[in-house]
Amino acid sequence: MNNMTETLIPKIGVITDVRIDTPDIKTFRVVTPDGKKAFDHRPGQCAMLSVPGVGEAMFSITSSPTNEDYMEFSIKKCGCVTDWLHQAEPGQQITIRGPYGKPFPVDDVFAGKDLLFIAGGVGLAPLRSVINYCRHYRDRYGKIDIVYGSRSKDDLLDYQEIIEEWSTDAGVNVHLTIDNPQEGWDGHVGFVPNYVKELGFDTNKVAVLCGPPIMIKFTLDGLCSIGFDKTDIYTTLELRMKCGVGKCGRCNVGAKYVCKDGPVFRCDELDELPAEY
Amino acid sequence: MQKITREQLIDKAVALLADGTVSCVLGWSKGEFDYDVTPAMFNNEEELKANFVFNDFCGVNFSKYLVAKTQKCEGKILVFLKPCDTYSFNQLLTEHRFDREKVYAVGIPCEGMADIAKVKEICGDGISSIAFEGEKMAVTTLYEDAPVMLAANDVLAERCINCKSKKCVAFDELMGDEGNVIDSNRFDEVEKLEAMTPDERFAFWQNELSRCIRCNACRDACPACTCEKCVFDNPNSGVENKSPANSFEEKMFHIIRAFHVAGRCTDCGECSRVCPQNIPLHLLNRKFIKDMNEFYGEYQAGAEVGSRAPLVNYTTEDLEPGEVFDRRDTDA
Amino acid sequence: MRKCSLDKINLVFAEIAKNAALYLPVDQNDGSAAYKKWEEGTVWSNALNTVRSPKDFFFPQTEDLMAFKVEGKNIEVMDTRSESEDFVVFGVRACDVKSFDILDRVFLTEPVDSFYGSRRQHGIIISLACTRPSETCFCKTFGIDPSEPAGDISAWKTETEIFFLANTEKGEELLNKLSALTEECDDSAVNAQKEKITAIMDKLPLKELKTDAFGGGKTNELFDAPEWAELSQSCLGCGTCTFVCPTCQCYDIKDFNTGNGVIRYRCWDSCMYSDFTKMAHGNNRLTQKERFRQRFMHKLVYFPENNDGEFSCVGCGRCLAKCPISMNIVKVMKKIGGNKSE
Repeated sequence: MNNMTETLIPKIGVITDVRIDTPDIKTFRVVTPDGKKAFDHRPGQCAMLSVPGVGEAMFSITSSPTNEDYMEFSIKKCGCVTDWLHQAEPGQQITIRGPYGKPFPVDDVFAGKDLLFIAGGVGLAPLRSVINYCRHYRDRYGKIDIVYGSRSKDDLLDYQEIIEEWSTDAGVNVHLTIDNPQEGWDGHVGFVPNYVKELGFDTNKVAVLCGPPIMIKFTLDGLCSIGFDKTDIYTTLELRMKCGVGKCGRCNVGAKYVCKDGPVFRCDELDELPAEY
Repeated sequence: MQKITREQLIDKAVALLADGTVSCVLGWSKGEFDYDVTPAMFNNEEELKANFVFNDFCGVNFSKYLVAKTQKCEGKILVFLKPCDTYSFNQLLTEHRFDREKVYAVGIPCEGMADIAKVKEICGDGISSIAFEGEKMAVTTLYEDAPVMLAANDVLAERCINCKSKKCVAFDELMGDEGNVIDSNRFDEVEKLEAMTPDERFAFWQNELSRCIRCNACRDACPACTCEKCVFDNPNSGVENKSPANSFEEKMFHIIRAFHVAGRCTDCGECSRVCPQNIPLHLLNRKFIKDMNEFYGEYQAGAEVGSRAPLVNYTTEDLEPGEVFDRRDTDA
Repeated sequence: MRKCSLDKINLVFAEIAKNAALYLPVDQNDGSAAYKKWEEGTVWSNALNTVRSPKDFFFPQTEDLMAFKVEGKNIEVMDTRSESEDFVVFGVRACDVKSFDILDRVFLTEPVDSFYGSRRQHGIIISLACTRPSETCFCKTFGIDPSEPAGDISAWKTETEIFFLANTEKGEELLNKLSALTEECDDSAVNAQKEKITAIMDKLPLKELKTDAFGGGKTNELFDAPEWAELSQSCLGCGTCTFVCPTCQCYDIKDFNTGNGVIRYRCWDSCMYSDFTKMAHGNNRLTQKERFRQRFMHKLVYFPENNDGEFSCVGCGRCLAKCPISMNIVKVMKKIGGNKSE
């Protein structure tokens, strides 16, 4: 029986590059020991990374599936596993298993539509994968708007990429904001939910939200108040997970498991679930 | 069979609610069967009359509940305390675990509580009713036509057979007598363990503790275990709850816990009562109590509020650690 | 159907144990029964059931998943799997046999949990019909007939004889091995026993317990029921109910540093524990009320919603007998379901 494939048994991954994004977020590039991508994934899916002896945790895959060389994970330092990873250097091996979860419906629902991505803080991490996927297949989608905010300029994730690549793409509009005025920042200042309302988007598009729960709540209210329908708004949830495949029993919200039925949910689907996330 | 009745307790509770002394009552609520009771808060006469019970199966020690309940309840809580519960009550007050002003304690006499496992041992499974008739318990089962009549003494819980005190040591008001500290044989079992060779003793505990399913019921029911965050709930402690990683760890859990409650354990016996695997956990604690009595002089945790337990009260007469070490030769 | 005299039961056990490890309920010092490996001299218990459920055989409380050798920056994953021994579990009651179906729905759904799957393949279940149900039994509520236990082989015990009926190929094969010890017989004795059990079932105190108020799609109706607060008010937050439950299947995965390597093991977890859903940045079930509600909503609403209406309870009554404060699924069903029979 020992030759049965077992999802709980991970592969070895090697961290080949560590990029310091913000004071508390680093982006890790991971490949297998023979230099390949560990597995294929879809935008929005997650992977279980672990450090033996420290623990295992679920992270969204930040790189686009169209990147065929490696995977990236943008990870905020906030617990045992993440603390350890933040001390890791290139060449360090970790373990990786996945992909887990339901991806964003990029090939059906999103196709041909205008897209609005709204992120706060490290909430850009799960959206980066789908944003870059849509940029890669640019002609399949309409206009793309990206609203991204963080506490300060230093806390903006992927700043280089946003400025050098996203902002220069045709038909892609990037709207950045930070919470408080800061020297050397001449962009918008203010919280994301208010900024979204100020920008006042037309509602004939699909919106994708990710960020701290409080940001999601107010932004969702804001989008609804300017006429968005919840069936056009997607977000991702995060709860404690152990198995990643709907068996260990802890990431459920009502009858749905975030690890396999999510992490991507349409906001009208969330309304059907009990408020326990 | 209890001397005090359900009706007397309800009358007392109703009177105290009516005159505004208390705003709610912590009591035993009736269950599906005549022997299963659940601690519950009662807010008025109607609720009391519908569900309040008091009988030989009301073993739950309410003292620990006061830690959480006093923080939630406006006004005073009426709590009925059996003599052994009053010791835990005092011990919790000694440790400043709840606000005395928020509790109105009524001490009640206790004739000892029954152990349903002992009832089932005699009468078999399938109990359809248990009625209390004088000094007897009439147990009807699904399988016998006539009820089996049991003497209360035949089904007393171990901790009640070895009751250390029928004295209520804490109360605002007493129902019945204050009661007396009594002679008990509670250390007999400990002496049997002490008489074993180290190998025999190890085998005894190995056998008992290997049955542990690490449900933490002993800890969660224990009135001495009131840490807001237990070391066994801390994922970073390496000894987090859930299951033992190996047979060594499964012993460590109980030994660590016994050390942690040493000097604070009043020997209320809740740990053994709640253990789903019937592990005699109270024997670990009693061994500590017996040793402390021998090393530092008689001490009963919870006998009074504010007393200093031997392990936190250094005196120049204290036994030297070396003497304990030397004792092992005579001990085994 | 085949039968054998109870005088020869130890010969039957010895024959089974020749080819596979045999586990059966055995009385312990404390008066309760537990599954133990049979060896010459082991006495089969008469108890109605064991305190621990037989789920351990397929989903052990603790189980090593793998080991890691860590050297510098390098990691090696090492195989520690050992679930390849054939075994037979004897004397499993109808409720517990049904619990395996429920666990199957979790562990054998894609992606299959191969640890569990492998044990299921290597295990043979010999069930045993009940003759003296307890007052805590309510298997009938979940459509289980204690006189017709499933399993690879069903067994019925009378005062003097034991009857066997194979239900599966595996069972057939095993029963064939016992042919020298057993003889072919008709089912009249078994039918007589079934009738007796049916009569007893009608006398059980929990016979009226209904599931009507529960099932898939009831989340919004029941989640905010005011009764949860009262029901959970005395819950100690221990894991007794979950650990004695034959259908509770939540687990944790943890690493254990042995000093010369790391073992990653899986162990039972309990939704009643305060850290069950605790993450580095918060906990979505902060009080015992939420944890308590999760346990029962899962068994009575979420599980049936995801599993064709199947409830995640078999009415074995272990939680009724073992909860330190006597709060249990029956009280929850009566209170929330509003069909308290008086």
